[in-house]
Amino acid sequence: MTLLIVIFAIVFLVLTALVIGKTQSLLKKIDKTKSDTEEVSSTKADSANDANGIALFVFWILSIVGIVWSFLDARKHFLPEASSEHGRQTDYWFWVSMIVIMVGFFVVNTFLFYFPMKYRFNKNRKVTFYTHNNSLEVIWTLIPAAIMAGLVFSGLRVWNKVMDDAPQNAEVIEIMGKQFGWLVRYPGVDDNKLGNYNYKLMDDAGGNDMGIDFTDVHSFDDFGNASELHIPKGKPVLLKIRSRDVLHSVFIPHMRVKMDAVPGMPTKFWFVPEKTTADMRAELNNPDFNYEIACAEVCGRSHFAMKLLLVVDEPEEYEKWKKSQKPFLTVNPALLEKVPDNLKANALKYIQVEAAPVATTEVAADSTGAGNAGTILK
Amino acid sequence: MATVTHSESHTHDHDHDHEEHHHELGFIRKYIFSEDHKVIAKQYLISGIAWAVIGGLLSVLFRLQLGFPEMDLSWLRFLLGDWINETGKLDPNFYLALVTMHGTIMVFFVLTAGLSGTFSNFLIPLQVGARDMASGFMNMLSYWIFFLSSVIMFVSMFIKTGPAGGGWVIYPPLSALKDANPGSQDGMTLWLVAMALFIVSSLLGGINYVTTVINLRTKGMSFDKMPLTIWAFTFTAILGILSFPVLLSAALLLIFDRSFGTSFYLSDIYINGQALPNQGGSPILFQHLFWFLGHPEVYIVILPALGLTSEIIATNSRKPIFGYKAMIFSMAGIMFLAFIVWAHHMFMTGMNPFLGSVFMLLTLIIAVPSAVKAFNYIATIWRGNIIFTPAMLFAIGLVSFFVSGGLTGIILGNSALDIQLHDTYFVVAHFHLVMGSAAFFGMIAGVYHWFPKMFGRMMNNTLGYIHFWATFAGVYLIFFPMHYIGIAGFPRRYYQWSKFETFNTYTDLNAFISIAAIVTFLAQFIFIYNFVYSIFKGKKATSNPWRSNTLEWTTPIHPGHGNWEGEIPTVYRWPYDYSKPGAAEDFIPQHIPFSQTPESNLPEETELIEKEQELAKIVFDPTIHD
Repeated sequence: MTLLIVIFAIVFLVLTALVIGKTQSLLKKIDKTKSDTEEVSSTKADSANDANGIALFVFWILSIVGIVWSFLDARKHFLPEASSEHGRQTDYWFWVSMIVIMVGFFVVNTFLFYFPMKYRFNKNRKVTFYTHNNSLEVIWTLIPAAIMAGLVFSGLRVWNKVMDDAPQNAEVIEIMGKQFGWLVRYPGVDDNKLGNYNYKLMDDAGGNDMGIDFTDVHSFDDFGNASELHIPKGKPVLLKIRSRDVLHSVFIPHMRVKMDAVPGMPTKFWFVPEKTTADMRAELNNPDFNYEIACAEVCGRSHFAMKLLLVVDEPEEYEKWKKSQKPFLTVNPALLEKVPDNLKANALKYIQVEAAPVATTEVAADSTGAGNAGTILK
Repeated sequence: MATVTHSESHTHDHDHDHEEHHHELGFIRKYIFSEDHKVIAKQYLISGIAWAVIGGLLSVLFRLQLGFPEMDLSWLRFLLGDWINETGKLDPNFYLALVTMHGTIMVFFVLTAGLSGTFSNFLIPLQVGARDMASGFMNMLSYWIFFLSSVIMFVSMFIKTGPAGGGWVIYPPLSALKDANPGSQDGMTLWLVAMALFIVSSLLGGINYVTTVINLRTKGMSFDKMPLTIWAFTFTAILGILSFPVLLSAALLLIFDRSFGTSFYLSDIYINGQALPNQGGSPILFQHLFWFLGHPEVYIVILPALGLTSEIIATNSRKPIFGYKAMIFSMAGIMFLAFIVWAHHMFMTGMNPFLGSVFMLLTLIIAVPSAVKAFNYIATIWRGNIIFTPAMLFAIGLVSFFVSGGLTGIILGNSALDIQLHDTYFVVAHFHLVMGSAAFFGMIAGVYHWFPKMFGRMMNNTLGYIHFWATFAGVYLIFFPMHYIGIAGFPRRYYQWSKFETFNTYTDLNAFISIAAIVTFLAQFIFIYNFVYSIFKGKKATSNPWRSNTLEWTTPIHPGHGNWEGEIPTVYRWPYDYSKPGAAEDFIPQHIPFSQTPESNLPEETELIEKEQELAKIVFDPTIHD
């Protein structure tokens, strides 16, 4: 089908060329028979001059129709429903700026395409010898400058707010990019503090792919999740972002979150999610909806498949989910070797927990049935 | 050297004592290792066109993948070999290589070398009135180093692990770690070597351009009488001289990191089951160095195009360019600001947010001189008497792209709005309009306009019109809908989007864009046919076919090495005396003294007549080679 369209397009192009060529040579013959004396004016503007001048304006009129139609047709997918506090603000200013530039776009292009039609060559026209007009130039320097100033200051206000330090009560979660997937770490329910890490401790085979330092007590209750990032609704969430190999970029389209993950330089981004996954499913009337985290900085072969599911829970559900998660030590008791002797007692607590039956059934129930979609391409 | 009193006819009967190059050069010295700026310009032009075809073809290949992800591409195996896998799909690594090479080729080899290299070389001596560049030898060296760089870049596309594949910005660590990506192996090495040579070539050229403009202007060609093209080329050359060395140092440090174990850009990396020893480097450092060139680079690409457009629009509107001085100051402002806005490419890299605020402020300031330029073009065509040559159509197209693409820059330069749009197709659409297509249109307009001077023949207008309409409509059909995809959040450099629910839309729109891109690409062959055909069989040109004012049209139809046969004409007026009230013709070339045009002189110009005598009395020192 599409191949057919391509072929048609080419045929059409060739035909247009032929037709215009034929008309041209016909017109030329007519011109020649008419007068050979008008040599000078014929070197000025040829027979297609009027057509080209008018066509520029016609092109613009058709473009306006095309732009309006395509905009209305495409806008259903524009800026997917914002689900964070700052996201609603940046969306608002996006549309304000968009309206401003659209006014500029239509006004300037209208002049640009209207004048060629109006002032196309006519041998009786007197051209206005008009070299400059200082007041006019000052005006059209100041107008854009004033508009820019307005946009800059509105932008600065939003930017400073978004980039400000996260509130004290923010839920801290670590997210690490690697080729090709995301790893997450929570500070744990007991001390609510992330333990240290060091890239030299990274060991995929030994089960420490995030380089967590198990000589730090705070690491003992830290837990991770390979397929989902859970966050609570209505509470500030601070993502501590790092990378262990190349540049990645945490991109959560619905949250208007984007921040590069840089090896050797931890970055951060905080935001307040406003809608749970369930809220969005109801709002969009799409029971399969899921928030997604993508990579926005080219990182190699599977850049396009570096996906992690994001689940926004009600705060109570979120606390429950956290409690149901197993710390790294529990999942992989071999890590106990890394714990220094004087702290072994603290660490053993998490190893022993594993012996007791954890509410594994709850985990399955709470992950809102999205766990199966969270596979990451290798 | 005799002084001229009536410069209207620079007669051949002077006994000129400068070198007239009567001795015929052999074929190799004349056409291959030539020191003649006109020949070098043509070499750049033809290399640029060849690269444009390659760069365009690469974009068609990845547009096939993006528009028709399910398509069986086995039929491309004759060209791409094993890069098409057993299931008939494009290899994702090769997809990244295509994107990378398309960007590199278009930005550097086509729109820097092909545009600046061609027209700075061709027009600077001809429009300022010089026999050649300040150093013909350096100029020749500049082209042949570029050629060597081209060969290396071209070869890199055929090696087993493929060409560089980390995006044209080659951010480390991806580009530094051979384990991270096959495109970071030998392909990357060749990329770096080719770019290092490219920078050398560009510097040799740039220094020559600036020197020529400052030192070799003819009598009377004061700075306030220079055509805007020359101003644009000069600013471009200064930008290049000051920023390309920074890219060279960035590339050198990257070469060190890749091959000699240094840690300028590398720190805390665990790859392939191993923690690397590198510590203390910063990938952000590379980005700062890269964009310190990278941002001026977009102006290196667009300024010459704007310069050519100024000339073409004034000539074909038969009207002086509006606000000549404002145009110069805008360009100077753009040039200056171009150096201090680079970090707007880095809002989301984890750079200090305060820096983000500063760069956002500076970035939006640069919109002001750009807007002034666009308004001045429109004021120039207002109440003109417009002749739509193909060059003029392309110039109008350029202004439209510059406006449409520039406006979205206001959104992207706003760091708060950039959070969502950074590295999405909104950015891709933005820069393809404002610098890609606009600069490309400037280059094409320049070719149509100066073809008669280059080859002594005319290009076919009808084919030119068809080429314009197909390309103009095509470019908008490709890049306008691309903004929609960007607003929906589609990230750049994705091999396919169906892995994400959020991006699994717009399949029709992507197919549409791909078809538009393919048709537009094919339409360029109309131009190439016209170009090649007209070189040999085109209608013979007259000496000043567009009835233009600048000095290049006072040379013979086929100017030899040295450009003017007699003495170089003296310049008395600015280059934009079109449709001057009272004048018999609608143009008065720069070399016509005011004393010859009493009927059209403005009061202040009548006063200048006395000074003309002094100007004419200036005697060049014949011992200094010009």
